[in-house]
Amino acid sequence: MNPETKKTLIDPLINQNPITLQILGICSALAVTTSVKTALLMSVALTVVTACSGASISAVRNHIPGSIRIIVQMTIIASLVIVVDQLLKAFAYDTSKQLSVFVGLIITNCIVMGRAEAFAMKNGVKASFIDGLGNGLGYSLILIIIAIFRELFGAGSLLGYEILPLTTDGGWYQSNGMMLLPPSAFFIIGIAIWIIRTWKPEQNEAPDFKIHESHLHTSAPENH
Amino acid sequence: MIKNILALPNDSVKKTLTVAFALCLVCSILVSAAAVVLKPMQEANKAFDKKRNILQIAGLMEEGKSVDELYKQIEARVIDTTTGEYVADVDPQTYDQRKAASDPKQFIPLKKEHDIASIKRRAKYTSVYLVKGSNDEINSIILPVHGYGLWSTLYGFLALEADAKTVVGLGFYEHAETPGLGGEVDNPNWRAKWVGKQVYNDSGDVIIKVIKGAVDSTTPNAESKVDGLSGATLTSRGVENMLHYWLGKQGYDKYLNKLRTTKGEKS
Repeated sequence: MNPETKKTLIDPLINQNPITLQILGICSALAVTTSVKTALLMSVALTVVTACSGASISAVRNHIPGSIRIIVQMTIIASLVIVVDQLLKAFAYDTSKQLSVFVGLIITNCIVMGRAEAFAMKNGVKASFIDGLGNGLGYSLILIIIAIFRELFGAGSLLGYEILPLTTDGGWYQSNGMMLLPPSAFFIIGIAIWIIRTWKPEQNEAPDFKIHESHLHTSAPENH
Repeated sequence: MIKNILALPNDSVKKTLTVAFALCLVCSILVSAAAVVLKPMQEANKAFDKKRNILQIAGLMEEGKSVDELYKQIEARVIDTTTGEYVADVDPQTYDQRKAASDPKQFIPLKKEHDIASIKRRAKYTSVYLVKGSNDEINSIILPVHGYGLWSTLYGFLALEADAKTVVGLGFYEHAETPGLGGEVDNPNWRAKWVGKQVYNDSGDVIIKVIKGAVDSTTPNAESKVDGLSGATLTSRGVENMLHYWLGKQGYDKYLNKLRTTKGEKS
């Protein structure tokens, strides 16, 4: 693998992560992370869609009229999502029932659109596919981390297997109901961003405003 | 010709229209092909899932036996809930109650005071599933039920013993309640609490209740009370309302009454 391709694939995992750096795709990160199984399936579905839509949009990029650019991208993405949804219903019926509307909502996931507009419109088919794959994996990574925390502490299990026996089943672990509600995903994403930006300070954005402390000290005695 | 069009500047009207048209054509072929090719598999999945749910809720699942084999002991029938009679001119194998509930020719809108389960309308005919023994006697009755919880309509089955008042099982195969809270309706421990409960009293009123806190032997009428789900008051209430609706006058009351009076006779 040449270094350029590798960079396209690896960068979105941490350095350019769509969730923690670009803050995209948060809505689905809240919705499907109550259990690891749904998070995994959603990750696979989104990665496939992002990679394939990147490749197909890039294949026709030189012939897309600027005036209907977004609609063209949406149509391609929507078709792919419907195909993925149909495949899931045919081959993974039980899990597709759990994901229900969320697969359809991949269409509106900002990551897919974002990569189409930012990368696939300007780069070759192969590079766009790899870029989609990388971003899908970056999204998956965060999704699965959130889901592990939420399922473990909210339901005492991982992938449906009991890890912490719940008090309701005669065990010792009192489950944390908040973990199963959307706000907990916000907390976990926030903590993840904090950890990543402490580890990689270059991700910190320059503050938009600064308080000029000098005014406080120098201006007080002279002006009234 | 294709070359000529491709050579046009991207923003010319002709090319814009051609690209839009070609894209729609390609995408629609892709989507419809996927839908048509995969449909038989999806239908098979759905039918299998339904059979498995019916068996599970009636407590008939056995290790090592296939769902299709076990399902042979179940007889599907269609009834008219208004009269409580079996309907002869509908094929129970293909009758889809949920489809019928959204077909204006086949549903009856519910009056607000009757609609305690918040389902707005009911199909004129309803499927019921009878578990038959070796002498064609009814061992249990499985009734489809649905009603609104907190976020979603819960679809499930209620299985009753041959006396048509003792619960064999209650379970839901489709809902979108909060996992861990309302979603605990799927919890096997909670489902086990329903087994053996009495839904009717001797005079035929629906008495089943989902209460707050735990039911123990000191609770009055413990045989017709079930613990509510903690943190899911609205889902618990939804389940209770649903049962009151479906076991009441709008639901299976007449049919079950008939079963009770003709008990022992062959249906």
